[in-house]
Amino acid sequence: MKQGFFTVQANVKLTDSVYKMVLLGDTSAIERPGQFVNIKLDGLFLRRPISVCDYEEGKLTIIYKVVGVGTEKMSKMIGGEKLDILTGLGNGYFTDFSGDKPLLVGGGVGVPPLYHLAKCLIKEGKNPTVVIGFNTISEIFGKEDFEKLGVKVLVATVDGSFGIKGFVTDAIAQVEDYSYVYTCGPEPMLKAVYNATTTSGEYSFEERMGCGFGACMGCSCKTKYANKRICKDGPVLVKEEIIW
Amino acid sequence: MVNTKVSLCGVELTNPVVPASGTFGFGYEFNDIYDINILGAISIKGTTKEARFGNALPRIAECTSGLINSIGLQNPGIDAVIEKEIPRLRQVYRKPIISNISGFSIEEYVECCEKINKVDDVDIIEVNISCPNVHNGGMSFGTLPENAEAVTKAVKKVTTKPVFIKLTPNVTDIVSIAKACEQGGADGISLINTSQGMRVDLKTRKPVIANKIGGFSGRAIFPIAMKMVYQVYEAVKLPIMGIGGVATAEDVIEMMMAGATAVQVGAENLVNPYACKDIIEALPNVMEKYKINDLNEIIGVAHK
Ligand SMILES: Cc1cc2nc3c(=O)[nH]c(=O)nc-3n(C[C@H](O)[C@H](O)[C@H](O)COP(=O)(O)OP(=O)(O)OC[C@H]3O[C@@H](n4cnc5c(N)ncnc54)[C@H](O)[C@@H]3O)c2cc1C
Ligand SMILES: Cc1cc2nc3c(=O)[nH]c(=O)nc-3n(C[C@H](O)[C@H](O)[C@H](O)COP(=O)(O)O)c2cc1C
Ligand code: FES
Repeated sequence: MKQGFFTVQANVKLTDSVYKMVLLGDTSAIERPGQFVNIKLDGLFLRRPISVCDYEEGKLTIIYKVVGVGTEKMSKMIGGEKLDILTGLGNGYFTDFSGDKPLLVGGGVGVPPLYHLAKCLIKEGKNPTVVIGFNTISEIFGKEDFEKLGVKVLVATVDGSFGIKGFVTDAIAQVEDYSYVYTCGPEPMLKAVYNATTTSGEYSFEERMGCGFGACMGCSCKTKYANKRICKDGPVLVKEEIIW
Repeated sequence: MVNTKVSLCGVELTNPVVPASGTFGFGYEFNDIYDINILGAISIKGTTKEARFGNALPRIAECTSGLINSIGLQNPGIDAVIEKEIPRLRQVYRKPIISNISGFSIEEYVECCEKINKVDDVDIIEVNISCPNVHNGGMSFGTLPENAEAVTKAVKKVTTKPVFIKLTPNVTDIVSIAKACEQGGADGISLINTSQGMRVDLKTRKPVIANKIGGFSGRAIFPIAMKMVYQVYEAVKLPIMGIGGVATAEDVIEMMMAGATAVQVGAENLVNPYACKDIIEALPNVMEKYKINDLNEIIGVAHK
């Protein structure tokens, strides 16, 4: 974990309520995809946890949805403004167990952390398939970014306004073969993916956090083997340890 | 060179800054962030007889200048703390360790304190009496002077290390509770624990916290803690560890002027993991600014 100041380079609107922010600063504490950062905002006591969407040396990209006061404040920020951010939080996704054909499943703002993961998997010579789900066509983001990486992307919309009508599980049904599952999204979606898929996999959870780095026990959950802090021992849990 | 050394019942602290129980885990994980040997002491996570998972989630709610927590004393239990957590902390940390003990009956406090008293690495026992008493309709031990005195007496009987009783602010008369602890033989007083609070989510129209009510702390409670430290200093002759809303070196000095010998930092660690380090580094400069050569000169000066 590292604390540092980042400068907003760009903050662009992707959909009605989803923004992409590019930040410049020290990213050396970020070790792998699926980790998150914790952002301090003026006038708010607690930091806001947001997944790393993409990173390289000196540059961090996040994608966030405006749902309350903190994300609202973020959406108003402009280039040049500074943010106090804790980086390198959480365990993240491990690419070691993915096999050749990993399946990446994201719902809503669960999609962003899968982007850097897809990049890593491709770099390792693997062939990922991406399934992303949204409520309706106007909420879709990220599709072209994945396509530019050269991966196959299936989109599901609940109202059928784009792609496959239904949930991510309806899209998963159309994927012929996969070796492992990586997923992030709302808990009901994670559970549906858990039940709809046959291989092992890594599931990223969200919880309200006090600190985000393991100090307060605010985010503890039970797993089959031990109590885990979503912020430090998670946010990614392996399928076999999850208790629904 | 200014002097930041203070002493709590013979336990020497190189400075008065102590991370508060529950906001610093068992300490050793913070050593990955900075050298924790700069701390005055560490108060480790509240420990009970048996392991506890704690309360349902969500356990955290944000507030203006603070947060509500309802962790429910999640901890691995006294035996695991003695066998695993304290030795792990000792591997990276040489300064005093304050062991924070909780219980739901007098017998539980006694059993835990008796065990922890035998651990050489523990310097001070801090007894958190904010917990509900299961034998008394769930009423907190810290809300009635008789109960506070009874716990103190029972714990003192089985211990030789300094015992600080940690008080809850959720009482009508903090002074009578502090006096009862002194009467019961306490060596010092820690105060305050969290103040009760609650929030409702406008979207779901339900309490944010699963347990509905939790403990409010952070910068917002500083004046409340100040008032209680000030009053208790006048009423008892025991050393005080002041706690509540401390976030800067100025806050530390202010609380010492009200009567604290040492000061604990809680919620601020959660939002600024370097809070204690920042405070300790700023302390000598702030002392010079206010013409303080030795922190011991200012303990309780606001009363003169
Ligand atoms: C590990 C992790 C990764 C995340 N990654 C992303 C991401 O990449 N993109 C994105 O849009 N969102 C992400 N979230 C959710 C994001 O943290 C919340 O949407 C955000 O904190 C809301 O803040 P607010 O002030 O706008 O909302 P408010 O409702 O005003 O916030 C009030 C409090 O509740 C907390 N809170 C509210 N919703 C959530 C939530 N869903 N999860 C955790 N805490 C919450 C806030 O942090 C704050 O402390 C992630 C959450 C976690 C735990
Ligand atoms: C997340 C959290 C967990 C806590 N756990 C304990 C505990 O186990 N035992 C205890 O005596 N106090 C506990 N406290 C109370 C603090 O030690 C401290 O007394 C209180 O938070 C006031 O200080 P602050 O305003 O600096 O946070 C906890 C506080 C927080 C925020
Ligand atoms: S949020 Fe504090 S331990 Fe996870």
